[in-house]
Order: sequence, then structure tokens, then C-alpha cells
Amino acid sequence: MLLSVTEVRQLSKPTELVQGTLDLLILKTIALEPMHGWAIAQRIHQISGDVLQVGQGALYPALHKLEQNGWIRSEWSISENNRRAKYYTLTRAGRKVMEQEAAQWERLSAAISLIVRTA
Amino acid sequence: MRFIAVLRHRLRSLFFRGKVERELDEELQYHLDREIQQAAAAGAAPEDARYAALQSIKDIEQRKEECRDARGLNPIDNIAQDLRYAVRQLRKNPIFACTAILVLALGISAAATIFGFVEAALITPLPYWDQSRLVAVFESSPGYPRGWLSYQDFADWQRLNKVFGSIDAYALNGSFTLSTSSGAQQVPGTRVSAGFFRTLGVKPVLGRDFRPGEDSPAAARTVVLSYAGWQKRFGGKRDILGRSLTLNGYPTIVIGVLPKRFQFAPYGGAEFWATLRRTDACEQDRGCHNLITIARMKDGISIETASADMRSVAQQLQRQYPETNRDSGAANLVPLRDFIVGDVRPILLVLLSGAGALLLIACLNVTALLLARSHKRRREIAVRGAIGASLSRLFHQFAIEAFALAAAGCILGLLFGEWGIRLLTGLVPAGKMESMPYLRGLGLSPITIVFACCISLLASVVFAIIPIARTSMAPMLDGLKEGARGMAGTTWRRFGSSLVVVEIALAMVLMVSGGLLGRSLYQLLHVDVGFRPDQLAYFQTSWAPGKYETDQQMIVLERRITEDVGRLSGIVSVGATTAPPVDSAWGTASFHIVGKAHHKTNNEVINRQVSAGYFRTLQARLWKGRYFGPREDASKPLVAIVNRTLAKRYFPGEDPIGQQIYYDWAPSSPMEIIGIIEDVKEGSLEGANWPALYVPNDQRPVAWPAILVRTSSEHASLFSQVLAAIHRIDPFITVSGGETMSERIDQSPSAYFRRSAAWMVGVFAAAALLLGVVGLYGVVAYSVSQRTQEIGVRMAMGAQRSTVYRLILGEAGRLTAIGVILGLTGSLAATTMLRSILFGVRFWDPVTVIGVVVVLGLSTVFATFIPARRAASINPVEALRAE
Repeated sequence: MLLSVTEVRQLSKPTELVQGTLDLLILKTIALEPMHGWAIAQRIHQISGDVLQVGQGALYPALHKLEQNGWIRSEWSISENNRRAKYYTLTRAGRKVMEQEAAQWERLSAAISLIVRTA
Repeated sequence: MRFIAVLRHRLRSLFFRGKVERELDEELQYHLDREIQQAAAAGAAPEDARYAALQSIKDIEQRKEECRDARGLNPIDNIAQDLRYAVRQLRKNPIFACTAILVLALGISAAATIFGFVEAALITPLPYWDQSRLVAVFESSPGYPRGWLSYQDFADWQRLNKVFGSIDAYALNGSFTLSTSSGAQQVPGTRVSAGFFRTLGVKPVLGRDFRPGEDSPAAARTVVLSYAGWQKRFGGKRDILGRSLTLNGYPTIVIGVLPKRFQFAPYGGAEFWATLRRTDACEQDRGCHNLITIARMKDGISIETASADMRSVAQQLQRQYPETNRDSGAANLVPLRDFIVGDVRPILLVLLSGAGALLLIACLNVTALLLARSHKRRREIAVRGAIGASLSRLFHQFAIEAFALAAAGCILGLLFGEWGIRLLTGLVPAGKMESMPYLRGLGLSPITIVFACCISLLASVVFAIIPIARTSMAPMLDGLKEGARGMAGTTWRRFGSSLVVVEIALAMVLMVSGGLLGRSLYQLLHVDVGFRPDQLAYFQTSWAPGKYETDQQMIVLERRITEDVGRLSGIVSVGATTAPPVDSAWGTASFHIVGKAHHKTNNEVINRQVSAGYFRTLQARLWKGRYFGPREDASKPLVAIVNRTLAKRYFPGEDPIGQQIYYDWAPSSPMEIIGIIEDVKEGSLEGANWPALYVPNDQRPVAWPAILVRTSSEHASLFSQVLAAIHRIDPFITVSGGETMSERIDQSPSAYFRRSAAWMVGVFAAAALLLGVVGLYGVVAYSVSQRTQEIGVRMAMGAQRSTVYRLILGEAGRLTAIGVILGLTGSLAATTMLRSILFGVRFWDPVTVIGVVVVLGLSTVFATFIPARRAASINPVEALRAE
């Protein structure tokens, strides 16, 4: 499952489960501060200890979808290298969704770990 | 909040496409640049870095498409694209498009036009407060379910009933004499009880309503004006309130003006509304019936409860006044709306069904057209499928095409409908419009537009289903095969044929209905009225009370009028009567026969006071006895003439001549019956003849006689001449009318409604026939094009041209025959619905049915002859080579 997130480069359309996970990663990442797309991919890569690499093929459709849902909003701003970049910010509705999804993920991953360890 | 943000976002995606696209480009470009930068920073050669970055972002267009998808833009794009494609498809086939849209518009406009009338007459509430509580109340006696009330009975009903919040009445005479310094004129109006407008729930727009008690003899005379009358006669000046007019010779104060939208169909043209006075002879006589009563039921009282209560009141009065109220022991309550639109309703429903049938035919026709077209398009559809269009995408496109077709048909149909409504209301003569005020100013209403849109939407669903079903049933790739026919083609051809059969059946139903209505009209106009109606004009006189009050004054005046008018050039003879024949089923009296017990049946008969020359002027036919003599006045014995119906009903098996009869109110002056005439149609054309009693004007003179004038030829300036002659006698006598009796018969309500219905259904039937025949032509032509090779083979094997003709005409004949048989069954059902408006024809009239079958047969032969000839001229060699 996690593996497929890293392999989205090969997949034009991630499965629903993976898409949900990616959404959570994005929401969680920009929860701290507004970021542009490239920085989001970088941050996910770094924080996951270089395990997860989100390709732009999955990232941008996901961002547009999240924005369409009203969970994040975007605005143009000057980036760290002095260029115009599109920054995404978490909305209040997005934060609520993120919390729900995170709790859901905790439960799911705990359950999976339990099975992996005991079985 | 989130909803608004989402909506703004979507609208932005939709309406600022360019900007959104540029931003998407920029965003992805930024990402690419950063990738290159990062790779370079990691030590790669700039070219490698760029290559790697480009590798990572290689499907950039697809990424963009995914982003667009994510933004939810594509469905809208697709719709716009399909719509453009649909319009292009329709424009590429202008004949198909025009035919389909026109046929659809024809059906929709017919339905919308008729629906507009139905809405105005049957759906829109009348402009009264809470109209569902309003009823018209009649006295009911055997043979007369809707009898009028006498003033005395009305007063008792008002006092004794327990079910009505209020009950009021209006009088049956429809005009006043308005005298001004320059002369007198007849003005339309009526008299009502004081609470009349309150019962209806109508408040004057200016001034006040009648106060309770203002209809008593002691109260000052007051009048309320209609809005139209106020505008027309008094220029809409507000100072009209309080002005005194001379109505029927009495000073009368104007106290109010009714609202513009007020209407009262029984007196649609009334401009002057005065009060009943309870003073004239009729209103003091319990046997003189001259009122129609309307009432507002109390809340919670049903019409059944109210009827039961009124029956007990009527029975109480019957016991109390056995002389006058015999046989009147029942009341008949009719919802006011039914009373007002009663005549129009069955005809409108017939027309609505007719328009519905036409609409159905139109839709079937368009469906058949689409079917043939989807067959022609099967290659195109197969190609589109082969290069990757999904089924749902194709269906989507069919749906859009159907919708575009239906929408165009709907818009055009509504335009035609608006025009149709204006045309038809324009055709209604002013006099008829007065009795149907609810049709005034009719146009396309919002409900009619919604109705048309719903129909079109429904039609577009059907139109979409046809090609969708066709595409999904046959394997799509079959369409690619050259000349493939197979089972699917046959199935659909049969389906198309059954559509045509239904069309022909419906056309037949409409034609039979139209034919029967036309025959009814003919029968009605040729009903034996008992006199010669052509070159016979009538004039209605009236005058203000005071000058001609005594019998002698009235006799002298009537003689002077008939003599003076008779001396005008071109006039053969002149007669005077109480009311002209045809549609004057009022002015009744009850009588007894000397020496006989009271007859068991109703003894109320039509009563006419006529001049000596009346019957000769009418050219009525004498059955027995003699006419009145020229000097048969009060000095001679009292005499009467009866009609044949009266003679048969009240003197069964004996000779009425020489018998003595007397009016119930004058038992001491018996009259001798001296003659019997063949029935003259006094009441409505379609009704049975009523018993009628005629007495000489010289013995019992009539106020306000109707003057009948027989001329030697059609006479253009007759009215002005007669008017001048009467005004030479007295300029304060008003004269109206001037129509010939033929015109009166022609324009009588029963003929008028039937004529309208016959014309409308006739037009529908013609359109239906045209569509049905075109549909048949289409199916046969298509079948010929499908069977070219088969026919070629047959001819190569030695079939003669005549055989080919027989083959094709036989197919058309079979379809027509099935259609005719279905149509006969349908006609039987439809004509039972028509029964209430048919007249003088059995609803299974062989002449009509045979005529319709012949017309239908000839039309179908004509329509199929063209494809049959094409089939017969097929060159077998070419047909076979085309394989």
C-alpha cells in the first residue's frame, strides 16, 4: 500500500485507497504552513525518511481535487527562490477532514501492524 | 462557508478558463524548473538534469487533463461539444431537421393553444373570493332541472336556509333604458339583490357596494357600473360617484365602479348593475320565475348537505303554496364554476383530446424519422465506437441531439401557440366573448409554457431512447459491414411500421370525430325551426316606464309600429311578439284546461303575445284551425293558438280546437283555442320543442315587443330605416338587433360551439392525415430502399412490374388496413366521449365512417404510389450488381 504511493509515477490513476492516503499526506503536510506543490512533494519525501516519493502525476490532480472539495485553497505568492508559485493552505473544513482521516489511519495501521506482528 | 468557496471555485473554473489554464501551465512549469534545479544541484550535467526532470513529468498533457478532470470541467465541455455537434448534425441534414422540428412544433403548438383555453376556462380560478364555496341554486321540477326562482320564493329561501352564509339573486332581463337629453338608448345591465357582490367576494374599485336593504322598494335607486362601462360611457372620470342617471325612467345614483378584472359570464357585457326592487308585478307573483340564485355555502357544509337542506325548504314552500309551487319540491345546487363554464367544458375537453392525439402523432412521426436516420447513421456510429467512443459517451450524445431537436420544436411550437391563441380569440365574435369573459386578453401563460416544456422534455426522452436502444441492441461493429441487414434491421422496420399504423389509427379517430361534429353542425343548422329564417330580421324595442302603461296605449303603439315599418319599401310583412324565436326559452306561464283536473305533469309553457300578422310574417305552418284576425281585440271573445307539442301533451287523443283554457293567475278569463301551429323553435336549436301558447297582442298586449320584419330581398340599410320609422313615432323608444333569423340561428350558442369544435377538430384531423400519410410514405420508401436487391432478384426471376406494384402497394395497404381497424375501435371510444355534443347523428354514423375510410384510403394510395413506382422501375441488373 505504502509502496504504491511511491510508485504512483507508474500509475496514471492511483487506486482509491492510495488516493485517500495521499490526500491525508498532503493535508497533514500543509497543516503547518502554506506550501506550493513542489515543496509538498519534497517535504513528504524528507519527513518519510526518503521512503515516500510523490510524483507530480499524482500530486497535482490530488491538489486540484482537494481544492475542488473546498478542503484547501490556493493563492499565488513569491517562493523562496523569488518566483511566483501557487501556495496551498488548509481550510477549516480541510482541517476537520484531516483529523478524521488521521484518526482513521491510526486505527487502520494499528490494526494492520497487529496482524503483521502476531500472525 | 465551504459551499460558497466550492461554488466560487467551480464558477471560476467555468468562466475564466484561459486564466485557469495559464495558471495550471505555470504551476507545472514551476515544478519542472525546481526538479531541474535540484538535479543540477545534486551535481548532474544540466542536459541530464533536464532530461531526468522531463522524464519525470513526461505525460504532462495527460497530467493537465487529469487536473481538469479533478476540477470537474470535462462533463460541461462534453455537453458543449455534443451540443455543437448536434447542431452541426442537424444542419447537415436540413430537410430532416426542418421536417422533424416543424412536425414537433405543429403538435406542440396545437396542444399549447388548446391548453391555453383549457387553463383559462377550467383551471384559472374565477375572480371571486374562495370560489369553491360558491354555488348556483335552482328550483328543480320534473323536466326542468335548472328552473329559475320567483322573487317570493327567493326571499323565503334566503330566510329559511341554514346552510348558506349568504344567498343572492340576479334577474334575467339584460338591459336598461338610459335616457339622456338627446334621447334614449338601451344599455346592457341587470338587477341584483343587495348582497350579490359581497356573496361573490368582489369589492368595488371606486365607491361602494349596495348596502343591505338597498334593494327594498323604499330605498333610493342606486347603480354600480362595470369598469368597462365606466370607461366607455363616462370616460373613467372619478366624479361619476354620486351622479344621477335616468335608468328606465327613474333617477338613479351611481355609487360605485367594479374592478377591471371582475367578470360575470352569465352577463359578461353588463355595464349597469342596479338592485331588485320587489315592486313590479312579476316580483310580487310567486309563480313568476325570473331570478337565478347564487349562494356561498357556510364553511364545513358540503354541497350534498346544502342540497338536502334546500330540498326541505322547497318542500315546505310546496306545502305552504300548493297553487304556485306544485312540482317544485326540490332544489338543484351546481358549483358556480360548472354553471359558468358548463357549455364550454365538454367542447374544450374534446379539443384537448384532439390536440393530444395530434401531438402524439407528431411525436410518433418524429420518432419514425429518427429511426430511419439512426439506421443511416449506423456506419458513423460504428466508426466512432471503433476509434474509442464509449457507449455512455455515444448515449450522451444521442440524448443531447434529441434534446436539441425537442427544444427547437418547443420554442417554435410556443411561438405558433401564441399566434394560435391570438388568432382563435380574435375569431370569437364580440357578443360571444361577452359570455366567455374568462377568455379575454388570453395569451401564453406561464403554466402553458411549463406544460409545453414538460411535453418537449418527455418527447426528447423518447427521441433519445430510440437510437440508444438501437445502438445497444445490435452489435455496433455490424454497422461497419457493407450492406448488412440481418435481424436487427427487420425488427426496427417492423417497429417503424407499427408507429405508422398507430398514426393512421389516430388520424382516423380525429377524422371521424371531425366528420361527426361537422355533420352535427349541418344537422343543427338544418333543424326544422317551423318558419322561414332567411330574409326575416328582428328588432328588439324598449322604452322607459311611464308613457305606455295601459293596455290601450301598448296596443296602439304596437299597431303603429307594425303599420309604419310595414310601409317601408322592400318590406313584405311585419309582426310583433314577446321574444323572437330560437334561444328564447324564457317568458313562461302556467295554465289550466277548463273542466279538467290539474294535469299531473308540469303545466308551465312558453307564453307569447303576438300581433295578428306574426305567424304570416314567420311563414309558420298552420296545422289546424285558424290564425288570429286583424281586429281580434278585447271586444271579441278571448282566443289562443297552441303549438303541436302542447296539443299532443295536454290534449292526448282529443281535438284541442274549441277547448277553453285559462292562465293560473286569471281563472276568470278563459280563452278558446282557435288554432294549432306546427312547432316554432322557441328554445335552443338542439333541445326538444317546448309546448307553447300564443295569445293575440290586441287582447293581452306586451311591453317591449320584438318586431319581426320579412323583406323581399337582403336589405343592407334595413336597420337605419326601421330605427328612423320607430323614432318618428317616439324618439325615446330604443331599438336594438337587426340581425336576420338566419344569422341568429347561425350564431346561436349551440351552433357556434359546434362550429368552433368542428373547425378545430377538422384542422387537427387534416394535420393528422397529412402526418400519417407522410409517415406511411417514409416507411414504405425506406422499405423499398431496403428491398432493392430483393426486388431486383424477383424481377430477374421474371416478376412483372405489376407484381412489384402489388408487392409494395400491398404492404402499404396492409398497414393502412390495420390502422383503419384500430382507428374504428378508437373512434367508437372517442365518439362516446363526443356524445354530449353530437346532434342529429348517431355516433356510429355510416356516412361519416365510410367517407373517412375512402379519404384515408385514397391518400395512402397516393402516398405509396411514388415509392411503388420507384420499386417497379428498378433495373434488376443494377440492383444485383450493387450487392
